[in-house]
Amino acid sequence: MQLAVFVARRLAVLVPTLFFVSVLIFSLQKLLPGDAAIALAGEESDPAVVAGIRAKYHLDQPVVVQYGLWMSRVLRGDLGDSLRNKIPVTELLASKLPVTVELAVCSMLVALVIGIPTGVLSAVRRGTPIDVAANAVALSGLSVPHFWLGIMLILLFAVKLGWLPASGYVPPWEDLGRNLTTILMPSFVLGTGVAGVMMRHTRGAMLQVLSADYVRTARAKSVPERLVVLKHALRNALIPVITLGAIEFGRLLSGAVLTEQIFAIPGFGKMLVDGVFNRDYAVVQGVVLVSAGLYVVLNLLADVLYFLANPRLRGA
Amino acid sequence: MSLLRRLTLTLAIALLAAGPAAAQSVLRIGLNDDPDALDPTISRAYTGRLVFAAVCDKLFDVTPDLKIVPQLATGYEWASDQKSVTIKLRPGVKFHDGEPFNAEAVKFNIERHINTAGSFRKPEIGQISSVDVINDTTVRFNLSEPLVPLLAALTDRSGMMVSPKAAKALGDKFGTRPVCAGPYRFVERVAQGKIVFERFPDYWDKANIHIDRVEFVPILDSTARLASLRSGDLHMIERASPTDLPEIRGDSRLKVSGVPELGYQMIPLNVANGPRAKTLSDVRVRQAIDLAIDREVLIQTVFNNEYIPGNQWISPTSMYYNAKLPVRKRDVAKARQLLKEAGQPSLTFTLIVPPERDRQEAAQIIQAMLAEAGITMNIQTQENVTMLTNGRKGDFEAYFTFWSGRPDPDGNVFTHNTCKGAQNDSRYCNAEVDALLTKARQTPEPADRKKLYDQATEHLLRDLPRLHLWHRRVFTGYNAKVTGFTPYPDGIIRLRGLKLN
Repeated sequence: MQLAVFVARRLAVLVPTLFFVSVLIFSLQKLLPGDAAIALAGEESDPAVVAGIRAKYHLDQPVVVQYGLWMSRVLRGDLGDSLRNKIPVTELLASKLPVTVELAVCSMLVALVIGIPTGVLSAVRRGTPIDVAANAVALSGLSVPHFWLGIMLILLFAVKLGWLPASGYVPPWEDLGRNLTTILMPSFVLGTGVAGVMMRHTRGAMLQVLSADYVRTARAKSVPERLVVLKHALRNALIPVITLGAIEFGRLLSGAVLTEQIFAIPGFGKMLVDGVFNRDYAVVQGVVLVSAGLYVVLNLLADVLYFLANPRLRGA
Repeated sequence: MSLLRRLTLTLAIALLAAGPAAAQSVLRIGLNDDPDALDPTISRAYTGRLVFAAVCDKLFDVTPDLKIVPQLATGYEWASDQKSVTIKLRPGVKFHDGEPFNAEAVKFNIERHINTAGSFRKPEIGQISSVDVINDTTVRFNLSEPLVPLLAALTDRSGMMVSPKAAKALGDKFGTRPVCAGPYRFVERVAQGKIVFERFPDYWDKANIHIDRVEFVPILDSTARLASLRSGDLHMIERASPTDLPEIRGDSRLKVSGVPELGYQMIPLNVANGPRAKTLSDVRVRQAIDLAIDREVLIQTVFNNEYIPGNQWISPTSMYYNAKLPVRKRDVAKARQLLKEAGQPSLTFTLIVPPERDRQEAAQIIQAMLAEAGITMNIQTQENVTMLTNGRKGDFEAYFTFWSGRPDPDGNVFTHNTCKGAQNDSRYCNAEVDALLTKARQTPEPADRKKLYDQATEHLLRDLPRLHLWHRRVFTGYNAKVTGFTPYPDGIIRLRGLKLN
């Protein structure tokens, strides 16, 4: 029951948050220099054509009117059509969402599989060469630019060895095998970046927990070290890692611009960048709104997870 | 742990299953960006034209040396006053939905190009005042004024014919499912992902189509695009960068072709567009800037001599190039003297440059060259659309842009240099140039047109409303398995005759 109240309260905050986001993205975009109508007209920049475009997409109306027109359609579930290729934005989003989710999930898997064990290991073996090595790996994962790592992987595995395709995403329902081969390198690139962060945080949290009283007590009761680390310490250390995981996952869901470009993966990031360069307002607004929504929902989920994981919060 | 093991196993099996592709031949072409709507009436992106080459045939096409040849038409005849043109159509042609291509369809398409709200074709063929259907395979276009370049417009998107039935059914969503009469028919499009076509079994020229499927894959990053070509994931890449060339040439599995482009890279100078025209309104100042630039050295240093230095609105390889006025040698002393005469010995102006490698590097070289003539050129980086908007508004002294070029010379010069021209951001206005360029529009004989253009070029090179600097080559990189490829100066890949071995 308490959980229900908690969730309801959080959901109530969600509405003004999303409203604020919608106003923000709408107005920020209008602040972009460069006329959308001229961007759309391109080389054939006949003034009559430009004026026609402006009228067609209500770009000649006051900004408040434009926002109202957009919002009234958004509330009816219509995000408008892409100004550039006339495809409804909802359709575009629906086609990108599975791609982005798949990439985010796979990257998160890579991050968790690498990040948490190395974090635990380096905390337990603090100060040893293992700790130093794990730190070095984590730092390099964090600091190597994604586009560079991506290109290097392509050159090695696609051009030189020919094991994996260099580009071209295939949906899993079309050809699962090819899907996994195309998603492998980008997930690795994104995952190693996140893994570094996860490792550092896991290590920090573990060090703190390992010096806590109850761990000393457990050891005093001669609980096997393996159990102390994995059961008593890790479980508690995971709380900050969950928060971080949710934030990182949210970031991955809002699109990985460079990685998507390099591996030619048609996800949110690529759509957003194309949208900004082409002044395709409808697309940019749609992507940002949905990403923001996902982000907020993920944060809510993380809060619920703490609520379940940490009994102390329930009393509050 | 067992979950992880299961996952690894699944992955391993999946990797093995990803074996050889199906027996169908698939040609994959890498594009530099994702095209806009695939509707010839409202399309504007260059990359869209590459895709249309698969799906939409046109009334006419050009040859690699820019002669106009029939495609869906079989011939044409101008009226003696150049105010109408009669076009014969190819009989027995079908659209992808089985509808017949005939004179009524042509009338429908021309009217659609002209009457659709937001049409980008209207400026190209808006002078067609009416279309007469003479019989099933003959139409006549009546023009509001004599306009010889009209035919060249019909070799591009204005000449593309879509199925009237599909156009009526899909309305403004036609671009999401184009139905035309080209060699391939539309299968699917994943935005920012790929556009897929399959061979059209009833194509009128099917004997020359050898590949079963064509996929266009936009990859924005040029290094990644090149890597995909080298790994065999792509068979062809359009507009390869000059920096890609050593790698392509060094790989025996790849080939590259390069032909001079139709367009030009240029710097419009603000002659009379608003208060900012003040700095460069004196013709001597513009001449001084021009004289201080060494185009040969520029091409050598920035483009490794892969591009062609230019000084006119058309490349030196064209018959319309005025050979009597070749690229001038640099003359710093003369430049200084002109500046002194103009009373601006220490001229300072700002060049707006978009954040793009080619033009950024060229701008820096030009900056250094001008400094030697006592000219301070500040470089201001502005994102492309912002720059073009400022160009339109006159909020510039000089900006660095390009024109992609048209097969008919008129498309390279008329709207840029006539007083009321839509592309004339410089607001240059010279009645003699207007008269010459208008006369050229009404003159069908190429030799006569050339004389008019030669005279106009003389004016333009003296008045210098814009500096033409170089012409790129259009490089197409392709796998050696691809045979029968003919490069065209428009950079569009024709699929007719192409084979994948």
